[in-house]
Amino acid sequence: METYTILRAFADSWFLLAMFCFFIAACALAFWPSQRRARQEAAEIPLRDDTPADVTPQDATNTNTNETRNG
Amino acid sequence: MAAVKYIALGLVMLAAAYAADQGRDIAFRIHGLLIFLVALGLMIWELRRSDAPRPVPVQGDYKDDVVRAGVIATAFWGMAGLAVGVLIAFQLAFPVLNFEWAQPFANFGRLRPLHTSAVIFAFGGNALLAGSFYIVQRTSRVRLFGGNLVWFVFWGYQLFIVLAATGYLLGATQSKEYAEPEWYVDLWLTIVWVCYLLVFLGTIIRRKERHIYVANWFFLAFILTIALLHVVNNLAVPVSIWGSKSVQLFAGVQDAMTQWWYGHNAVGFFLTAGFLGLMYYFVPKQANRPVYSYKLSIVHFWALIFLYIWAGPHHLHYTALPDWASTLGMVFSVVLWMPSWAGMMNGLMTLNGAWDKIRTDPIIRFLVASLAFYGMATFEGPMMSIRAVNSLSHYTDWTVGHVHSGALGWNGMIIFAMIYFLTPRLWNRGAMYSTAAMNWHFWLAMIGIVLYAASMWVTGIMEGLMWREVDDQGFLVNSFADTVSAKYPMYVVRGLGGLMYLTGAGIMCWNMWMTIRGYRPVTQAVAQMTAPAGAGAAPATPAE
Repeated sequence: METYTILRAFADSWFLLAMFCFFIAACALAFWPSQRRARQEAAEIPLRDDTPADVTPQDATNTNTNETRNG
Repeated sequence: MAAVKYIALGLVMLAAAYAADQGRDIAFRIHGLLIFLVALGLMIWELRRSDAPRPVPVQGDYKDDVVRAGVIATAFWGMAGLAVGVLIAFQLAFPVLNFEWAQPFANFGRLRPLHTSAVIFAFGGNALLAGSFYIVQRTSRVRLFGGNLVWFVFWGYQLFIVLAATGYLLGATQSKEYAEPEWYVDLWLTIVWVCYLLVFLGTIIRRKERHIYVANWFFLAFILTIALLHVVNNLAVPVSIWGSKSVQLFAGVQDAMTQWWYGHNAVGFFLTAGFLGLMYYFVPKQANRPVYSYKLSIVHFWALIFLYIWAGPHHLHYTALPDWASTLGMVFSVVLWMPSWAGMMNGLMTLNGAWDKIRTDPIIRFLVASLAFYGMATFEGPMMSIRAVNSLSHYTDWTVGHVHSGALGWNGMIIFAMIYFLTPRLWNRGAMYSTAAMNWHFWLAMIGIVLYAASMWVTGIMEGLMWREVDDQGFLVNSFADTVSAKYPMYVVRGLGGLMYLTGAGIMCWNMWMTIRGYRPVTQAVAQMTAPAGAGAAPATPAE
């Protein structure tokens, strides 16, 4: 059989199935109940990331201090 | 170590000087001269600082000087690319603007790829470099990995832009849309891009945060996929090592399919995935609330990258491409509508409970407009990919209008939001110099886009209908020239829309200048880990 035909048959059967399963698994993981805490932590990463230069690391727990600077 | 640098630069200068003298065509010779001058400048710079004490590498701060440079480069290339766009828009309306004295360098055919590459790769690319470097440091809570490699990425990318742009004007092109640069420029970009991947991946690997924030997933998909697309679509054999001309490895319909696999994913991964990375950071940040649904952002990510890669064949309806392939492209394009709108809703709903900020906060207004145009363009695109619609829209100005509502609306507006967000922070100013100027910019850009998109809809559908109109004998009613003259008024409106958009960007540059003036370098300490969730984060709980 031609290489094209073999690859074509593989691509639209087993590989298609493999990709579909990977996609479903990725979506399932996104909804997995035990991941709730991880999702929440990840979602808040951008909100905890500025520490103004004049703030010492000890004060850094007080985030969002420079939100008022926005125009 | 220093000696190795001098020898390497000397060899580059030697090769470049030979290329400038012996090159087979004008573009290659001028590029040889250009590279010779760059290497000479670098050599002088290296020699002058050879006896200066080595600066101690900083560790505790974010590396923001490269982000500052990226923001300025974004504004600079934005103005250049938009100005060329306005010029070529008026060249179409008034052909006399293809000045006789500037031939062949400044005719429409050579300026058009200059415009597309300048806005996509120079304006958009620098925004993505600056944005991704800023975001990956903050969301990973570490300094950028790679030391001065970051500067190599930045300046190497600028050199790529200059080589590509001058090459187009001098006639060096491989005639592939959005992939016009010739083989040696492609090789250079490949090196720069691999270094970009190293910097980005290195920073993520050394991150202090446990999770990789979703914006970084989008950036990583963007960097990896662009590397793959760029290499495969630019497989070519140079005719001579001392000339710019090259011959594509693929031929005929295979070449066309590879090109549009590349072309559509340049839209999908450069202008969409990369910019979604910006969106997933700047929207939550400016609204000061976590993204509406993190679950949805994960599904959005996987659905987008799984679907986009197949959509390319819709550019080749009614060609030599087999029907099954163009049907495949069409189906995946239509399905793509869903994840695109999921992403748009995720961004917009992040503002839930803070809608009043649209009225009071110009940055939020830019972001909302950007998302709205993302939604419109990602509805229009799937519709135009349907074969029956495509038979009307293809090769008409409707396509041009669609591309610009995406590029000016979605990409442009989010870049402006990013610039307004970053400029006061990076230069340690309280806020932008003038809020009124931001509002002027917003409305000029909005009206400009509306004029642009509306005139292109009218002229596109009109010319599509005129092309297919037949009389009762079955003869075509209109000649091609009839459609060209019928489009004249819409071309003028389109040019005016572009001019308004350019004026808005000019106001932004003035505003940036006034904000930055009196610049004192500042460094931001790498943020410490804080207690995750709850305390002090967002005022309202997200819809998790």
